[in-house]
Amino acid sequence: MTAIGTAAGATSRGSNALSQLWLRSESLRGLTLISPTLVVMFGMMVAPIIVTIVQSFWTQNGFQFDRTPTLGSYAVMLGQDGVIYWRLIGRSLWMSFTATVAVVALAYPMAYFMAFRVTRHKLLWIILITIPFWTSYLLRVFAWKVILGFNGAINSGLIQAGLIKQPLEFLLYNPTAVTITLAHAWAAYAILPIYVSLEKIDRSLLEAATDLGDGPVKRFLRVTFPLSLPGTIAAILMVFIPTVGDYVTPSLVGGTDGMMIGNSIAMMYGRANNQPLGAVISIVMMLVIAVLVGLFLLAVGRRRLLQKA
Amino acid sequence: MHSPTISRLLVTFAVCYLIFLYAPVLLLPLFSFNDNVYPNFPLKGFTLKWYQQMLRDQPLLDALWASARVGIAVSFVSTVLGLFAAKAMTRYSFPGKGTITSLIMLPLVVPSIILGIALLTLVRQVFDLDLSLITVTASHVLICVPLAMLVLMARLEGFDKNLEEASFDLGEGAWRTFWRVTFPLILPGLVSSFLLCFTTSFDEFLLAFFLSGTQPTLPIYIYGLLRFPTKIPGVLAMGSCILMISILVVAFSEWFRRRGIDSQQGSIV
Repeated sequence: MTAIGTAAGATSRGSNALSQLWLRSESLRGLTLISPTLVVMFGMMVAPIIVTIVQSFWTQNGFQFDRTPTLGSYAVMLGQDGVIYWRLIGRSLWMSFTATVAVVALAYPMAYFMAFRVTRHKLLWIILITIPFWTSYLLRVFAWKVILGFNGAINSGLIQAGLIKQPLEFLLYNPTAVTITLAHAWAAYAILPIYVSLEKIDRSLLEAATDLGDGPVKRFLRVTFPLSLPGTIAAILMVFIPTVGDYVTPSLVGGTDGMMIGNSIAMMYGRANNQPLGAVISIVMMLVIAVLVGLFLLAVGRRRLLQKA
Repeated sequence: MHSPTISRLLVTFAVCYLIFLYAPVLLLPLFSFNDNVYPNFPLKGFTLKWYQQMLRDQPLLDALWASARVGIAVSFVSTVLGLFAAKAMTRYSFPGKGTITSLIMLPLVVPSIILGIALLTLVRQVFDLDLSLITVTASHVLICVPLAMLVLMARLEGFDKNLEEASFDLGEGAWRTFWRVTFPLILPGLVSSFLLCFTTSFDEFLLAFFLSGTQPTLPIYIYGLLRFPTKIPGVLAMGSCILMISILVVAFSEWFRRRGIDSQQGSIV
C-alpha cells in the first residue's frame, strides 16, 4: 500500500524517470502489489517444507538433533522397521479412497437435485447444505462417536426399542466408522463444486440430446455427466487429499484398527520423539499423494482427449 | 424434464441426505439439554445445568477468548494480504502469474498435518521461538490467505474496472481512489472474507495442535476434554452455542452480501 502511495505521490510531481518506468510497467506494479502476500506465503509454505526436508537427514538425539546429514531415517523407512509405516500409508489411502467414493457418490445426486430439480430458493438450499458444517469439525466427529458408541445413540435407541439386548460393539473403533464419519464431515466440499459445474450446464444441450433421441440415462451419461466432470474431479481431490492426512477422525472414532498415517506422524513429533523419521514419513506420504493425484489427472485427461478424438 | 419416478426418487434421496447431514449435528444441542452426564437415550429430562457448568468453566472460557483473539487477528491479516493478491491478480498482468497463483493456493491442497509439522520445525529449529498464540495465528494466516484471495477476486472481478479508471481520470490518486471507490464497492467481499477466515481459524484443530504453547485454543481445549466423560455435557453446551451464533452470523453475512449486490446494481444501472 505504501509503495503505491509513494508511487502515486511521485508521479503527481511527475519528476524522475523512475516514476515514469513505474507508471508504464504494469508488471512491475502488479508484482509490487502482490509481493507482501508472496513473501509471507513463501516464508510460511516453501521455507518450512525445505526445513522439513533438511530435518529428514538429521538424527534425533534425546531432545536435541545431530545435524550431520545422514540417510538413517530413510534407511529405517525402507527397512524392516518401515514396513508398518508403508502399511499405514496404504491403509490411509484406502480409507480416504473409500470415504471419497462414498462422499462423491452421495453428494452427486444431491448436487443434481439442487441444480435441476430445485427451481426456486436455490440459495436457501445451499445454506441448508452448509449449516451442519458450521459446527466445529471436532464436535461433528465427536457426534459420530456419540451415535456409534457402546452406550451411544444407536445402541441405547435400539435397546430402548427392544430390538437388541446387548449393545452392538462393531459400530465404533474401526475403519468403517472412520469412513462414515469422513463421508459426513466432508460432504459440503463435494456437493458445492459438483453443484456449480452442474448448474453451469447449458440447458439447451440437454434439450438437444432429448430431441436427437437420447433417453434420460443415455442423456445423462453422454451429456450431463461429462460436462459435470470438472466439478466432480475437484470434489474428488478436495476430499481425498486432506483426508489422507487426517488426525482427528481416526483418533476419535478409529480405534487401533482405524489408525491412519497422520496419527503416526503426530506420534513421531510427540511421544515417540523421532522428528527426522516423522519428516521422512511426511515426505513419503506427500510424494505418494502427489503421484496418485498426478496419475488420476493424467487418466482423466487422457480419457477426455480420447473422447474428443 | 424428468420422469415423475426419477423426480420422486431424487426428492426422497435429498430428504434422506439432509437427515444424514443434520442428525449428528442436532444430537449435540439435544443432549446439551438432557439431564444426564452421558449423551445417550432415553432422554431423562430438561435441564440448563450444563450451560451453567459451561459458564463456570474458566479454562473453557479462556480458550474461547484465545480462539476469538486468534480468529480476529487471522482474519484481519489474511484479508489484507488476500486483498493485495486479489487486486494484483485481477488488475495487472505480470510474468509468473500462474506459478504465483499455485504457490498461494498450495496450502489448500496440502494436508494440514504436513503444514503443521513443517511450520513446527521452522519455528523451533530455525527461529527457536516459543510456541504461543502468535505461532498459531501465523499458521492460520497460511491457510486463510488463499480463501481471502478467492473471495476478494470474485468480488473485484464483479465490478466495473472503469469506475476506478474514471476516478483516476478525475484526478484522484491511487490511495484516495482505493478508499473512495474500490473500498466501498468491495466492502461486502471484505466482510465475507473476514467471516470466512474467522470461522476457518476458529474451527482449526491440527495446526493449532502442533503450534500452540501453554495457552490452548478452543478446539485444542475441547479435544483434551473429550477424554473426560463428566466434562462432555459442558462441551456439548458450548458447541450448541457456537452453532447458534454461526447460524446468526451466516444469516447476517448473507443479508449483508445481498444488500451489497443490490446497492451496487442500483448505483451502476
